[in-house]
Amino acid sequence: MSAGLRALRGSAAIAGVATFGLGEAHGFTDMELLARSARAAVADAGLKMSDIDGICTASASATMWAMPVIEYLGIRPSFIDSTMLGGSSFVAHLMPAMLALQSGQCNAVLVCYGSAQRTATFGRKEVVASRRFLDPQPYEMPYEPMLPLSAYALVASRYMHEFGATRRHLAEVAVAARAWAAMNPEAFMREPLSIEDVLGARMVSDPLSVRDCCLVTDGGGAYVLVRADRAKDLPKKPVYVLGNGTAVWNRQVSSMHDLTVTAASQSGKAAFDMAGLSAKDVDVAQLYDAFTINTLLFLEDLGFCKKGEAAAFVENGGIAPGGRLAVNTNGGGLSCAHPGMYGIFTIIEAVRQLRGECGDRQVKGAKIALAHGNGGTLSSQSTAILGTAETL
Amino acid sequence: MSAQETNQPTGVEAAYQTALDAGRFQIQHCGSCGRHVFYPRESCPHCGNASLAWVDPKGEGTVHAVTTVRRKPDAGGDYNVSLIDLDEGVRMMSRVLGAPEAVRIGQRVRARIVVKEGRGVVVFDATAGQGEQA
Repeated sequence: MSAGLRALRGSAAIAGVATFGLGEAHGFTDMELLARSARAAVADAGLKMSDIDGICTASASATMWAMPVIEYLGIRPSFIDSTMLGGSSFVAHLMPAMLALQSGQCNAVLVCYGSAQRTATFGRKEVVASRRFLDPQPYEMPYEPMLPLSAYALVASRYMHEFGATRRHLAEVAVAARAWAAMNPEAFMREPLSIEDVLGARMVSDPLSVRDCCLVTDGGGAYVLVRADRAKDLPKKPVYVLGNGTAVWNRQVSSMHDLTVTAASQSGKAAFDMAGLSAKDVDVAQLYDAFTINTLLFLEDLGFCKKGEAAAFVENGGIAPGGRLAVNTNGGGLSCAHPGMYGIFTIIEAVRQLRGECGDRQVKGAKIALAHGNGGTLSSQSTAILGTAETL
Repeated sequence: MSAQETNQPTGVEAAYQTALDAGRFQIQHCGSCGRHVFYPRESCPHCGNASLAWVDPKGEGTVHAVTTVRRKPDAGGDYNVSLIDLDEGVRMMSRVLGAPEAVRIGQRVRARIVVKEGRGVVVFDATAGQGEQA
């Protein structure tokens, strides 16, 4: 760990967060969902849009997305990052934003996202179809894997084969997410879900059923990052960035070196090293659960348990309310929201937990939170460690 | 007339597909580090060297991971998608033909080329016996 990175620990804080239109947002565009979230996050930070001089954003369809966003919001930022790593992007945006703040390149960074993929005319189905041409995978596409789903299904098959995990263990992840969602008024699916419901659900790409898959929803999210000294003077309790690490090893599932070990093992180590912490210090974890297998892999790769032990870790409500670790307390991508790219919502929920704003689902006394983003088909991984003032 | 037929050099993706379309499955071998490479690259992903040569794999492999993609019967029904580890040490996505629910991790398979509408694609058939649980 470089001294420079260690010096960045706690140098920036998230001062504002917001979501908008989670679930179904009829009549809204991607940009409108983003703009509403951005406006609310800036207000939450006690700032005006004219205070924003740094921006990070990404889109699953528009390759030059930062430009229309800047135009729409009417800002003239001196720091712009539109790195697109899929769903992990908005966690990965933390490090360049912190460096820009530290260097004085800018003073307030808005990280923002919006997607109307559920209700838009040109929705998820059309984006997936067009990606075959814009982002070809000629050595996978001839076999018609249902991507991204079948990639995760292949990984799940291998994981179950190597470690003796069963569909019941995967179901535990979905059931725990739903139990947390039941306590979150913002969650899209809140009705009770049982292990039997998941096991009996329609199979999509074995061993994954429709209940092992994230939702397809609309929604926007945004957060505002400022230097730590400034955050102290803003209205909300600052949430400090203690560590961030990002890793990519491959794009395609067929190019993964080991299907049961993700690049989260690298991004997590980098983030924890920077924070000077380890998994045992984490009070609440938000792990990008695009599919139930993700949560098992990330619990292991981020160090909450050893490789092959996540099935036992999640058994009998291990990550449900009242379990051994509070995971995906908003209900996750499985039950709260999944507007195409979910990473920003791991940060937002982590901040809300550390502020103590989570009502019935609040993890009492939470001081350290982990937010983990995943992108592509287990392709990109970004881990953030966030903490309250006591953790500095 | 394709680039291959006029003996013009092409990128490796076109060269691979042109060979497949003609019924020949080839992978690459690195003359520098000695490892096999798939999918085809312009330089070796293991050592960075450009000395990649086309070689004919034996065509034998083992199923490493498996899924059955569910599809309505009137759209063609369920089908297999697998990751296959060739004995040369490279992994590729493909399909094991036959009943999708019968495909097992660790199962030995043999490659075969299917040419459909002029375009070649590598698929696999199950062979007798279980392989090493690679």
